[in-house]
Amino acid sequence: MTDTDSPVRATDTARTAEEEPLGASRAERLSALGQQHGALVALIVMVLVASLTFDSFLTGDNLENMAVSSAFLAVVALGMTFVIVTGGIDLSVGSLFALGGVLAAWGSRYGTLVALLLPLAVCGLIGLVNGLLIARARLAPFIVTLAAMLLARGILLSVTDEGSTTYLVDEKSFFAHLGQDKLLGIGVPVWITAALFVLGAVVLRRSRFGQYVYAVGGNEDAAALMGAPVARTKITVYTVSGLCAGLAGALNAAWLVSGVTILGNGMELEAISAVVIGGTLLTGGFGFISGSLVGVLLLKVIQNVINQIGSLDSAYQQVVSGAFLAVVVVAQTWLGRRRRAP
Amino acid sequence: MTELALRRTPVDRERLLRLVQEYGVYLGVAVLVLVNTVFTPHFVSGENFRTQAVQVAPVLIVALGMALAIGSEGVDLSVGSVMALSTSLISLYLGYGPWLAIIVAVLGGMAVGLANGSLIAFIGVQPIVATLALMVAGRGLALVLLPQLKDVRDPGMATLGSGDLLGIPHLVLIAAALALAVAFTVRRTTFGRQLLAIGDSRPAAQLAGLPVRRVLILVYVVSGALAAIAGVLATARLSASDPTSLGTLMELSAITAVVVGGTPLSGGRVRIGGTVAGAVLIQLLTATLIKHDLPPSWTQIAQAVVIVAAVCAARERGKR
Repeated sequence: MTDTDSPVRATDTARTAEEEPLGASRAERLSALGQQHGALVALIVMVLVASLTFDSFLTGDNLENMAVSSAFLAVVALGMTFVIVTGGIDLSVGSLFALGGVLAAWGSRYGTLVALLLPLAVCGLIGLVNGLLIARARLAPFIVTLAAMLLARGILLSVTDEGSTTYLVDEKSFFAHLGQDKLLGIGVPVWITAALFVLGAVVLRRSRFGQYVYAVGGNEDAAALMGAPVARTKITVYTVSGLCAGLAGALNAAWLVSGVTILGNGMELEAISAVVIGGTLLTGGFGFISGSLVGVLLLKVIQNVINQIGSLDSAYQQVVSGAFLAVVVVAQTWLGRRRRAP
Repeated sequence: MTELALRRTPVDRERLLRLVQEYGVYLGVAVLVLVNTVFTPHFVSGENFRTQAVQVAPVLIVALGMALAIGSEGVDLSVGSVMALSTSLISLYLGYGPWLAIIVAVLGGMAVGLANGSLIAFIGVQPIVATLALMVAGRGLALVLLPQLKDVRDPGMATLGSGDLLGIPHLVLIAAALALAVAFTVRRTTFGRQLLAIGDSRPAAQLAGLPVRRVLILVYVVSGALAAIAGVLATARLSASDPTSLGTLMELSAITAVVVGGTPLSGGRVRIGGTVAGAVLIQLLTATLIKHDLPPSWTQIAQAVVIVAAVCAARERGKR
């Protein structure tokens, strides 16, 4: 899809620049701002409204709870951001998250190192295979990662005797402390997530690899002509996405002190929503790490508010999240179109 | 003479290879049937064929709509949620008689399709995202309408779900009729030809003056209606409305059936016969693994392998 899109977009921009340099640049700047900070504005408004409406919203317990439960989704969304900026998609992350959690819980009996390395190795390997099939065999990302989603869920079920066995993490182990301890009043998973986001932002913005990620997503053929290693870049982003999902699953298992098999259903959708809400374009070539974090927080705040209302159950949560995603995507498409052709 | 014969051999081999790729899905079904006939006790029995056919019917109906969406270079991820929505609506309106309930359920599915189609055709949202939003919201809406499992006790629905005509279950007859109707639509109607043209190249179709928006909206409305019908039939067969689990992962099964059946993901081509065979292939694969006491997790792994293999084969075909 990107291939056919890009030439059109390029000519549109050229025409804009020639015909209406002044007006277009102003509209362009405004819509770019909207695209970049729309989610942040929505988040601030939501937090203000929520804290004025519910006394329980700004309590330490509630914030801490929201932060920790956001952390796992955020790590998944971090990997997904790289994938989406290259113009791809990764539907396997929900299954990899669940698989990572179960493998970590099973591995924790052999020590923290095994508990962390085993899920990273398995999920990273599945991500690598995704990348190879997409970049070398040139299969559609959507179908490859769909297959990987089934595969990972299948492996998960056979590891857990069709989902009947739950592996527990020893609560006194260092691995459990990794998930449950607090540093300066903030959970360790939150610190790890924050560090990963800083690292991710630096890599995407400042490294040569990050430049390649944008180039591949912007126009793959042009990137190849310029000498960017297109295949290697794609393989790397899917591997990173698999690693992130596995790590998030492992951290989640440490937090819950068990590997829960039913987790992660629909998580790929939540992660994609967060990334898209955060301003990253699904067509690739444009996006940023901090937006994905804002997207995750926004989703979690909405969920929290719906929980606070209490009488509304989780079904409304889904209606609201779905409608919200639709609204954001519509707005994004409009802003994007404006930016391209006034 | 010898030279000519020598030259012809590789051509024939290539043609053979192409035939295998083109009709691989039928070959797969044939192989599975043969293997089961030999190795699975009680496989060749009217009872077993009936069971398999009844189980494949809802998946097939959903896959027909999916084939249209994929043929237009789109995809419809909301089908599973539409099935859930349809089962909730059945339970809500069953008090007014089964026919009205079924009509409301199908209208509900068409409304979701209309929303999908409008987002895609008018605003230009990517199909995968538009239908993703409706997938999340649709399941939620189904649960808002009917929060938990509810028995469906209605003689009309019972006849629909477990009755038969001349020994063929109603479900199978309906699925076959819908498959024929969709195949006819794709091959013989203007709408079908326009759909394929749009799937082949949307800019070209636009330049040629085709009603691109109307066709795209219609594609998703039809897909929604078919998914809703599948939801009605599944409700009738189970005699229960279960909005929590009905239709989960249905989008994956439907996409698999379509892709395995030889419809390319890049659009411009729809193979209904292949889609039917694809749905049967997946059903037989699942049944075979279960019959031989392999755990259900293996079916998921097998399905994953089949998807990748089918897409690889399709890619080779496209290259030539």
